[in-house]
Amino acid sequence: MGGYVTKDVVATARSVLERHSTQEGALLPILRDLQDEFGYLPEPVLPLVADTLNISRAEVYGVATFYHDFHLEPRGEHTITLCRAEACQSVGGVALAERAKARLGLDWGETSADGRVTLEQTFCLGLCACGPAGMIDEKPVARLTPQKLDAIMAEVGE
Amino acid sequence: MRVFVPKDAAAIALGAEDVAAAVQETAEARGIAVDIVRNGSRGMFWLEPMIEAETPQGRIAYGPVEAHDVTSLFDAGFLDGGSHPLRIGKPEEHPFLKRQTRLVFERCGITDPLCLNDYRAYKGFEGLKRAIEMGPAATIDDVILSGLRGRGGAGFPTGIKWRTVAETVAPQKYIVCNADEGDSGTFADRMIMEGDPYCLIEGMAIAAVATGATQGYIYIRSEYPHAVSTMSEAIVCARREGLLGERLLGSGHSFDMEVRVGAGAYICGEETSLLESLEGKRGEVRAKPPLPAHKGLFAQPTVVNNVLSLASLHFILVEGGKAYRDYGMGRSRGTKPIQLAGNIKHGGLFETAFGITLGELVDDIGGGTASGRPVRAVQVGGPLGAYFPPALFDTHFDYEAFTERGGLIGHGGVVVFDDTVDLWEQARFAFEFCAFESCGKCTPCRIGAVRGVETLDKVRAGINPAANLALIDELCEAMKFGSLCALGGFVPYPVTSAIKYFPEDFARRLPAAAE
Repeated sequence: MGGYVTKDVVATARSVLERHSTQEGALLPILRDLQDEFGYLPEPVLPLVADTLNISRAEVYGVATFYHDFHLEPRGEHTITLCRAEACQSVGGVALAERAKARLGLDWGETSADGRVTLEQTFCLGLCACGPAGMIDEKPVARLTPQKLDAIMAEVGE
Repeated sequence: MRVFVPKDAAAIALGAEDVAAAVQETAEARGIAVDIVRNGSRGMFWLEPMIEAETPQGRIAYGPVEAHDVTSLFDAGFLDGGSHPLRIGKPEEHPFLKRQTRLVFERCGITDPLCLNDYRAYKGFEGLKRAIEMGPAATIDDVILSGLRGRGGAGFPTGIKWRTVAETVAPQKYIVCNADEGDSGTFADRMIMEGDPYCLIEGMAIAAVATGATQGYIYIRSEYPHAVSTMSEAIVCARREGLLGERLLGSGHSFDMEVRVGAGAYICGEETSLLESLEGKRGEVRAKPPLPAHKGLFAQPTVVNNVLSLASLHFILVEGGKAYRDYGMGRSRGTKPIQLAGNIKHGGLFETAFGITLGELVDDIGGGTASGRPVRAVQVGGPLGAYFPPALFDTHFDYEAFTERGGLIGHGGVVVFDDTVDLWEQARFAFEFCAFESCGKCTPCRIGAVRGVETLDKVRAGINPAANLALIDELCEAMKFGSLCALGGFVPYPVTSAIKYFPEDFARRLPAAAE
């Protein structure tokens, strides 16, 4: 968890910004790279982005808060993402989602107190013919069952 | 000895990486030289991971294979097509594939997605070559002749859109590929990007030649990391071979492209919101006019086409617009890659000429529900599509036929529900989803979605149900006609169809104890 704060935030952010200096409409790629770098978007980097792109801080903040992917708070070490969309609902996705929420004691977007896991919802991963589907960090999982989900939660939560 | 193990995200989600590793290890341990090709998916997802061995008799498929099956597959001599409980036989002879007309998905699952020679073996880039030879005007005429309409769902004639961009004078024009495939029940765009990326690159290059655009963007949703990586790699390979960049195929046309990744906003599948997002802004919908064809990305003329529209161009340009037009019915010409999803026995990608009925798709091809229970409802066209009962299974898959029945085909997703579904829940979810994904720019969508959830909750709680259902009707009217875009405008489709065809679910009450 503590790994992020030991980085030199400003220097790292500047090197990310440098990479995008010639790109048109670069704000989203910049925010994504910054988030990949830090795990979230630390408050001090937003003014830096605004200065570099010559836009207001409000604009940067507005974009960062519009998109579900961007987070202004640190996230868990692992993220369990479950699909809540219709195709997954039709094969037991709702019960699975409720199970995850109850077992982890988390609502969507929340992180466990020990910082191990964030529970996230998504609306479709394009795995609609083999639902219920989800993701463990970047790894897609499909045909989830309560047993498979429990195993995932045990593994990630340890 | 070649073995094909799909690298499609769905196959990976079902353990394809472990299967590939097990094949490699087992082959090594037995001293057999195998060349593992990571192909796309054939689209028979109930059989994934489906692996194929290249034998003298042709490719023989086995599936669904798990890593622990691999030893027994080797024991059974699967490399020579040996018999095994998981043996499927020749994939092309499987009824699910045999019944299809694959024009867009011709190569998907067959070729190595990133191998340019594989793509060339299927007349790859010959469509682009022909477009360059014919010139912009004749190319656009051929696309108009083909009858191709926007496969994202709106169904606007692709050639007409191109002509508008071609005729608009501007210093810079753009081709934007809408790969923000957010509708639940759809995965065709993802399959193409992961399984046949050059087909999409060629389509965008054809659009560029026809309209005079020099820069392209593929806007891919972040939920598709595998598609992002395959497309990005394919672009690098194509550029290296001179298929992108300066002087395409030695002509005077220049065109290059870049992948841009979305950030988890369903609304960015709406074209003007997508353009805002590409410009680095909040994905808020723009009022139209001006049309993107006149003032699109960075206020320049822009073609915004769906992945499947662009992926159809290779066939149209190679075989001619007329050959494409010969498929289909009425004003819906060509083929539609339909996605059978949800609670369905044989879920997957089914490309067929327009005109097939919903019942054929769900019952014959899909084999009914996966749970074995009766089908109760089918949602066609994503979260903004209508819920149809089996009584409407005679509806033909065609833009106009669905509109006539109060539905839409959208991006071609068909989500099947069995008799355990509660349509009140589904209607409530439609509003909830809209509230979650609304960009907030227009009031009917932003507020209406929230009010919709509240009002349906009152219906279920038994509070003035008749009056509140009447209110839902009024709300849907306001959203339908007052919203800026299809998100708020189409939410009435799932809601009103659920109430119309499944009224009993709206008469049910919460048990008193739950109050």
